[in-house]
Amino acid sequence: MENPTLNKRIVKDRLFAGGIFLLSMVTISPIVLIIYKLVSKGYRQINFDFFSKKAPDTYEAMVAVNSGEIIPGGILNGITGTLFMVLIASAMAIPIGLMIGIFLYDQKTKRYAGIVRDIVDILQGVPSIVLGLIAYFWVVKNITHGFSALAGSTALAIMMLPLIIRSTEETLKMIPESIREAGFALGVPYHKIILRVLIPSGFSGLATGILLAISRIIGETAPLMLTALGSMEVNLNMTKPTSAVPLLIWEFYNDPNMIDLIWSSSLFLMMVVLLLNLVSKQLIAKRS
Amino acid sequence: MSDLIKHIDDPVLEIRNLSVAYNKDKPAVTDVSAGIKKNKVTAIMGPSGCGKSTLLRAINRMHDLYPNIDINGDILLNGEETTNMSTIMLRRKIGMVFQRPNPFPTMSIHDNVIAGYKLNGIRLKKSDRNEIVEKSLRDVALWDEVKDSLTKKGTFLSGGQQQRLCIARALAFRPDMILLDEPTSALDPVATKKVEELLTQLKEHYTILLVTHNMSQAARISDYSMFMYLGELIEYGKTKDMFIKPIDKRTEEYLTGKFS
Ligand SMILES: Nc1ncnc2c1ncn2[C@@H]1O[C@H](COP(=O)(O)OP(=O)(O)OP(=O)(O)O)[C@@H](O)[C@H]1O
Ligand SMILES: [Mg+2]
Repeated sequence: MENPTLNKRIVKDRLFAGGIFLLSMVTISPIVLIIYKLVSKGYRQINFDFFSKKAPDTYEAMVAVNSGEIIPGGILNGITGTLFMVLIASAMAIPIGLMIGIFLYDQKTKRYAGIVRDIVDILQGVPSIVLGLIAYFWVVKNITHGFSALAGSTALAIMMLPLIIRSTEETLKMIPESIREAGFALGVPYHKIILRVLIPSGFSGLATGILLAISRIIGETAPLMLTALGSMEVNLNMTKPTSAVPLLIWEFYNDPNMIDLIWSSSLFLMMVVLLLNLVSKQLIAKRS
Repeated sequence: MSDLIKHIDDPVLEIRNLSVAYNKDKPAVTDVSAGIKKNKVTAIMGPSGCGKSTLLRAINRMHDLYPNIDINGDILLNGEETTNMSTIMLRRKIGMVFQRPNPFPTMSIHDNVIAGYKLNGIRLKKSDRNEIVEKSLRDVALWDEVKDSLTKKGTFLSGGQQQRLCIARALAFRPDMILLDEPTSALDPVATKKVEELLTQLKEHYTILLVTHNMSQAARISDYSMFMYLGELIEYGKTKDMFIKPIDKRTEEYLTGKFS
């Protein structure tokens, strides 16, 4: 029962499947290699001190490196700085982003909504260093009169905005028209439908957008160099220079004695981003 | 046209010379006048696109949502112009049920029933709340099925149960009238039968206006029928009369399945 066309098809099928397998390997290999590298080089530094101590100075690090010990200290000032600035940035970007997203959804057919949407798209394409420069002129020069967490947060908030705006609009659009109409048929005013029906219905979508925006900015370095500058101390004053994990990585990179800390800090940052992504994936899965 | 419209005495709702147009040159409903009889089921029939939903949605002013829609004519509820009423008052008096069951996905069964109160910020005592929930769910014969799972999400129910939940939600305000737009077209035959039985029971307390694609459904449960064609009300009369002896030729053609 030889069937040449069938055989040919099976061979084609196998080739195709093999090709896809190969390509997927090519795609995932960088991430696997990155994680492997980070773990193998960075795990030694990840200990309690890593989370509870400030970054060491170069002398301490040199002594440790020369005697073959692990570098003392950690990245506490970076972690607190990142948390602090992400918090302030979120406090600025989330309410504004949600409001603009709701506005775009609400006014979807209006011409000015189209213009706002275009501006949001452009904003998304602005290089982060340029946003850093803008925050420098707005905040560093005019408000805090010096490098500050507030300036860093402002730059980060502007980066978060377009992501939150678009995800809010998309989430609201995905909610079936029939749910909206159910609200109208009960005489519920439009703003209450948005607040009490649409936002709760789209909650996981909105949360996902926010988490992805945070994971997008948490590793930003360039805009912070021009705004938050960095600090050797744990700083929780909005008007003072502040460190951040990516800023520390950059500083470690510039100090030959601190090479090991680059890997552990990067590993930490990578894990945080991965975690944020996993949580938002989970939220998306729950939604559907 | 059957002149029966003039004989509808004490109508709950009166539609006078109503026209609705989504865009100026092409009206979807043209000069419709009709009175709706209290405590009866009135069916609106007609081929797809003839303006049934458009007419229905004009009654509780759902078209207000879309500013480009052009509406002319008057609608009176118990003698009062609906345009003079606030939308919240109007929609408390006229409930609406849609083609697809649309319970609020984030709300429990209990909260879905009283969603009209909750979302409008109308505060109720706990005892009143529970009473309304139980009464409304009993009205739609859903109470026994869900009384132990009131805190579960409404979306966990079957399609037919969801639709009855949506009817309960519309009844929670004790309206004068409920509008239903093809409420069974997304349901299986068993669930459809349940909803139909329900509607014939509900007319004891409510006036029911039902859009349906399904002629046999109209024949089964309605007391009065309207036949619409291309936006016009062609014929309106007692369902029995209309099905036995339609006056207009187009009604007859529709009822005999010449077009649909
Ligand atoms: N939102 C809208 N914008 C523009 N035209 C519309 C809109 N909704 C309906 N129409 C048009 O108005 C006419 C009447 O539509 P309507 O939905 O009232 O018909 P229907 O009788 O309910 O039909 P069906 O039985 O298919 O539900 C149709 O020609 C339709 O294309
Ligand atoms: Mg319709």
